[in-house]
Amino acid sequence: MTRAIADDILLDLHRRMVRIRLFEETAGRLMEDGKIPGALHLYVGQEAVAAGVMVHLSNDDWITSTHRGHGHLIAKGGAFDRMFAELYGKATGYCKGKGGSMHICNMELGMLGANGIVGGGPPIAVGAAFSNRFRKTDRVACTFFGDGASNEGAFHEAANMAGLYKLPVVFVCENNGYGEFTAQSNHQAIVDVADRAAGYGMPGVVVDGMDAIAVYEAAGEAIERARRGEGPTLLECKTYRFFDHVGVRGMGLAYRSDDEVAYWRTRDPIPRLEQQLAEQDILSTEAAMAVHAEVTREVEAGVRFAEESPLPDPSALLEDVYA
Amino acid sequence: MAEAQQQPRKLPYVAAITDGVREVLKEQDNAFVIGEDVAGAGSVYGYYKGLLEEFGPDRIYDTPISEEGIMGVGVGAAATGCRPIVDLMFMDFIGECMDEIANQLAKMRYMFGGHARLPVTVLTMAGAGASLAAQHSQSLEAWLCHLPGLKVVMPSTPYDAKGLIIAAARDDNPVFVVLNKVSLAMTGEVPEGAYEVPIGQAAVLREGRDYTIVATGRMVHEALKAAEQLAELGLDTEVIDPRTLQPFDTATVVDSVRRTHRVMIVHEAVRHGGIGAEIAATIQEEAFDYLDAPVARVGAPFSPVPFSPALEAHYVPDAERIVAEAKRQLGL
Ligand SMILES: Cc1ncc(C[n+]2csc(CCOP(=O)(O)OP(=O)(O)O)c2C)c(N)n1
Ligand SMILES: [Mg+2]
Repeated sequence: MTRAIADDILLDLHRRMVRIRLFEETAGRLMEDGKIPGALHLYVGQEAVAAGVMVHLSNDDWITSTHRGHGHLIAKGGAFDRMFAELYGKATGYCKGKGGSMHICNMELGMLGANGIVGGGPPIAVGAAFSNRFRKTDRVACTFFGDGASNEGAFHEAANMAGLYKLPVVFVCENNGYGEFTAQSNHQAIVDVADRAAGYGMPGVVVDGMDAIAVYEAAGEAIERARRGEGPTLLECKTYRFFDHVGVRGMGLAYRSDDEVAYWRTRDPIPRLEQQLAEQDILSTEAAMAVHAEVTREVEAGVRFAEESPLPDPSALLEDVYA
Repeated sequence: MAEAQQQPRKLPYVAAITDGVREVLKEQDNAFVIGEDVAGAGSVYGYYKGLLEEFGPDRIYDTPISEEGIMGVGVGAAATGCRPIVDLMFMDFIGECMDEIANQLAKMRYMFGGHARLPVTVLTMAGAGASLAAQHSQSLEAWLCHLPGLKVVMPSTPYDAKGLIIAAARDDNPVFVVLNKVSLAMTGEVPEGAYEVPIGQAAVLREGRDYTIVATGRMVHEALKAAEQLAELGLDTEVIDPRTLQPFDTATVVDSVRRTHRVMIVHEAVRHGGIGAEIAATIQEEAFDYLDAPVARVGAPFSPVPFSPALEAHYVPDAERIVAEAKRQLGL
């Protein structure tokens, strides 16, 4: 740690990560049991990224997310009952059951939606950053996107405009080494996505995405820079998804080795932070377990709420097509 | 020993796609497959499984997630002598590559005064009903049919999937093969070896004297179910699958309407501005004096595809809705 971080921030980081982990583990189980329809892209393994960035943001700061979006919404303060209800396709969900996992959002929390289109987020975040400046606020926008998404033209156009206009936006690349079943080395000729920042006149920073404190510090600098009006940053977080591309076990394709998955699991960001906090007497093992237990109850209550909630009425089909 | 009885071979739709692409790769040395997760993974729906092993990495390529780039490779490679099979994983992602499609692929030959040939085959997956929400469920074939220079086919059966893929790949024009994700497990007869389902030729799947239903893609099967129910009401119903939307087999449809005098068009895409509107207009132009009732259309309501199965069930047309609309149309 390069500078002292307040205890409450460290505890906040920890709780946000635990909330993501336990929500996602349950959501994955419910999907594979057939209780949640459609496809879930789970965030397990990447929690340090969402938590480390979101701790710096208020509800007035915007984020855009991806198909792997639950973690971003949870870290931004998403409520489990409304989230599970959305995944179940219930009327009480954040999107009234119309969006599901891939479009889950909450505008009040500053979350401009998960996105079914890879590369869909960065241009929208640049628009939000433009709006922040146009409306003379000091708010920022953060856009999360994958290593795979960094090959979409949309990302490059957005990054160029952000660099040109020095917009208050942070490009957070979650490099988990794969786009679906294609390894990074088979989809781009570079190792660090952050190298692309040079082409757009912004700093490119690489950080260990399995280290919540490292992400917190690097994100803090990028976000402060954006707030000061000094322009965008491309922050690349090297991370890993522990589950398959879709669901937990997924399609069972042999695109990555068991050894590789096992190696990354040894770098699990949650036990790592818990150990750091225990060593510094900030969070005892018992206290950490209490957080897990508390969040587990929150998950259970969320699932119960979702299961007991009504399905949308067919009349809702044609609502909200226009304002 | 008893004569070995030659049973017709049955395959699921997903394997019929593979079989069609396999025949093309065998037949055309300058054909290759290119797209996201098509080689190593065999596509997210598995319809290229085994082709990497069979044909090697020079014939099937995984790409970055760069649809505009991928479609551009298709255009440039086709213009210079290859016969690319471009995979667009979900039809919804057409937005990412629409410039290459609309402004390059569709028009290049014309703009160049006929001095270019664009034999690109695009395979793409459409259709709702899998709880995949608004950006992974659309049927956007009307967008393509509006572009002069493109051909568009929509196989509803395993037999047609294979035969139309082969016909598309043999065609010297860009052809979009719009596949249906909910039909992947459906089985049907698929002969061995190469055969074509001719582009521009409809199939009459059920003959009838009283009523005609023209249905596309997965809706063909709903129309056939509906025809059974309508038969019970005394309406002997003919079901036509155009199979190709562009160029359209007007003759087969008009001939049927001239005999039955009443017609409905069914597709899964949003009804408003869908291909059904074009077909209805053509029918009234060609068979106005033969019509005993207004042309009916069944399609999706005017909204994006909802996620919740409770809403999606009311979104995608089905046999029940077809029958209800026929009753309304005919005052039954
Ligand atoms: C425009 C577009 N192309 C393709 C897809 C299909 N798809 C969904 S997720 C994905 C991989 C994305 O990889 P990455 O950006 O690295 O994110 P990760 O899944 O690793 O979190 C692909 C190809 C899509 N949803 N949108
Ligand atoms: Mg990735």
